[in-house]
Amino acid sequence: MEALKQELKGKIIEVLNLEDIAVADINDDDALFGDGLGLDSIDALELIVMLDKDYGIKLTDPKEGKNIFRSIDTMAEYITAHRTK
Amino acid sequence: MKTYINGIGCVSAQKTFEGDFASAFETHENLNVLSVEAPPYKDYFSPIAARRMAKGVKNGIVASTIAMKESGLEMPDAIITGTGMGCIEDSDKFLKAIIDNNEEFLTPTSFIQSTHNTVAAQIALGLQCKAYNFTYVNAAVSFESALLDAKLQIDEGEANSTLIGAIDEMTDYTVSLFKLAGFIKKDSEAVFPVLDSKTSGTVFGEGATFFVLENTRKSSTYAEVKDVEIINEIALDLLAEKAEQFLKTNGLSVSDIDLLITGINGDAAFNDYYEALTSQFAGTSQAYYKHLSGEYNTASAFGLYVGANIIRSQQVPQILKSNNLSKPQYKHILLYNQYRGIDHSFTLISHVETP
Amino acid sequence: MKVAITGMGIISAIGNSVEENYHALINSEKAITRIENIRTVHADVIKVGEIKKTNAELIEALGLPADNNFTRTALLGAFAAKQAVKDAGISDINEYKTGLISATSVGGMDTTEKHYYDYFTDESLVKYISAHDGGDVAQKIAEQIGLKGLVTTISTACSSAANAIMLGARLINAGKLDRVIVGGTDGLAKFTINGFKTLMILTDSYNTPFDNNRKGLNLGEAAAFLVLESDAMVKKANKKVLAYVSGFGNANDAFHQTASSENGEGAYLAMQKAFKLANLKPSDIDYINMHGTATPNNDLSEGRAVIRVFGEENVPDFSSTKAFTGHTLAAAAAIEAVYSVLALQNGVVYPNLNFETPMEEFNLIPQTTIKYKNIEHVLSNSFGFGGNCSTVIFSKS
Repeated sequence: MEALKQELKGKIIEVLNLEDIAVADINDDDALFGDGLGLDSIDALELIVMLDKDYGIKLTDPKEGKNIFRSIDTMAEYITAHRTK
Repeated sequence: MKTYINGIGCVSAQKTFEGDFASAFETHENLNVLSVEAPPYKDYFSPIAARRMAKGVKNGIVASTIAMKESGLEMPDAIITGTGMGCIEDSDKFLKAIIDNNEEFLTPTSFIQSTHNTVAAQIALGLQCKAYNFTYVNAAVSFESALLDAKLQIDEGEANSTLIGAIDEMTDYTVSLFKLAGFIKKDSEAVFPVLDSKTSGTVFGEGATFFVLENTRKSSTYAEVKDVEIINEIALDLLAEKAEQFLKTNGLSVSDIDLLITGINGDAAFNDYYEALTSQFAGTSQAYYKHLSGEYNTASAFGLYVGANIIRSQQVPQILKSNNLSKPQYKHILLYNQYRGIDHSFTLISHVETP
Repeated sequence: MKVAITGMGIISAIGNSVEENYHALINSEKAITRIENIRTVHADVIKVGEIKKTNAELIEALGLPADNNFTRTALLGAFAAKQAVKDAGISDINEYKTGLISATSVGGMDTTEKHYYDYFTDESLVKYISAHDGGDVAQKIAEQIGLKGLVTTISTACSSAANAIMLGARLINAGKLDRVIVGGTDGLAKFTINGFKTLMILTDSYNTPFDNNRKGLNLGEAAAFLVLESDAMVKKANKKVLAYVSGFGNANDAFHQTASSENGEGAYLAMQKAFKLANLKPSDIDYINMHGTATPNNDLSEGRAVIRVFGEENVPDFSSTKAFTGHTLAAAAAIEAVYSVLALQNGVVYPNLNFETPMEEFNLIPQTTIKYKNIEHVLSNSFGFGGNCSTVIFSKS
């Protein structure tokens, strides 16, 4: 799962256009939303599209994203369990 | 109550976000599209904050921050913007993605950024300003609509201070469309003078210009905004009469105007309106600005920025002059603009003694 | 501060005239259907409030020449504006200081999106390039009604038309205009359908405003315009006044770009401003036409704001008419203004269709059946992206 976690950090930076942040700056268990990285609900929608496009996971209820996107760790776990790509 | 321009911020094809007025003005007659001279965005917001900001939003935030800083205003009673096409970079991006990806894998950011009131909304968000917030989208009178609304608020005592602004962007796709439609001068012409041009089409540009309008005079006051009028259509032979009527309602006549600033943009196909006015005001000092800003729906805000600076400094920089007359004093300036024969506007500003 | 309304015109999914719209409203005839005029991959998972007239039919109805460059938004707008001007009995539109304040969010995008690449290969399409922006819609409407004067357009997403009504009223009160045509228009477009889809706020079924199980909105298209006139103009021509704009307010939620704040601050402030201007109290309101888009976020936020203003026990009869027409974006506040005037004239509260389960967060039950009673004052809410919150109060006298 390590490789996936690194991959996710890179994707988040790219998809969300986080210009001044490097992969090394994001810790696996850092809070991505709220106080941590400071992402918001629009970023969550962007990540939902990324889940579909890159991993073949379709979320129908945006509220599900809250738990999945809590940290890189939770994202990697969810993707590993549900990916179809 | 009177309306005073107390702060201005301008992001344009010239280096207008800092430095003395007109000191860095340069013409580029070899270009038919003028791109913005970008300010150091990092000085105004963090890259994370800017992560989904459209170009127009970035320029709008910079320009509004400069205007508010200059006037010392912290929280306006109204935020009103004008834009002809909105944030078209994002709008084009979203549309292209819809078509190229057959409506799949689309993300919300560029859609949200394409709503026309996004600049006004994001400024309000940043300031936590819960006041009146309007955006006008009506081609070449988008900015004047915002100005008219703000002045009405101050006249009627609905607001003491307003932040108004104009934003428009240029993108490669829109440039290619406008060239196709003949709105931009043909590349083959190679040289693109804006004054005395014999060809149709204009030199296009982009930018953001913001003003703080208040009902009190300050040491930063540039001018008083006396009046603004918008008319969608005027018959050519009635234009001079309209100009006279506009001045008359303000207790003035043609001879009281010390400077006429026009939105002359080099489009020979629609220059007859500008010619009618320049001959009516032949005895007055005249200036133009679209050779510096380029033409875009809200370029007339750059014109007001120019007019306000001139009336405060009481000098017309040579690069802005379109005739050889000078006046000993610039007490009243009339600005006139139209685009492709419609959306005419008259704006009258007057000199103010600052406290 | 009252400003007289002397004419109205409307075209929406539920009717092509004021009479047709009213008939549908009192007969619970909603018009949320499968999309037909636009080809989209989402056709099976969305429903829309579509006006079934095609562009060709609208062009014919307006008697336009074959080489016109009208976008759908402009066609709908011209259709409704002409009705309004006729309804107000105006024969010489330039006789007095007259203005047009339109509203749109789509502008000409309904056409641009069809020809994105084709412009460069098909010369006959180039004429549409100048029709892309919001201003072109207003100019086309002005030309169709023959107006030469103050013409402008407001674009603040879903509150746009309410803001157009507000500006119109202010200009009349300040004596800048004698009369003004105000309203809004938006045609359906793939751009907006896909945009709203990415925000995950569309329902795949019929929208259920204020229902605990609501899933989102249905998009719609429409145009509506009202004619506002000064007292002097009304007296001069002995005009029939349909109703009055008696108060309004605009405020910004300043919370998020698309979502509304938990406690509906922007909505609360807008309603407060409207009451202040109208010199009315919440208890004077007989009917609230809610924004009620049926998104989880809006109905909760708006519900909370309404409770803050009226008190949970004293919220008057309310309903959202979006279950009939869908959410018509920049036209919404204009069609809902027409419906508010009709409510005043006919003494009717429209049913909030599709309602089954009350929201668990508070005790707000919309009026679910049609109700006839005397109505003196109607409050109409419209909230747009960018935290733009607008309220207009309409009064019988």
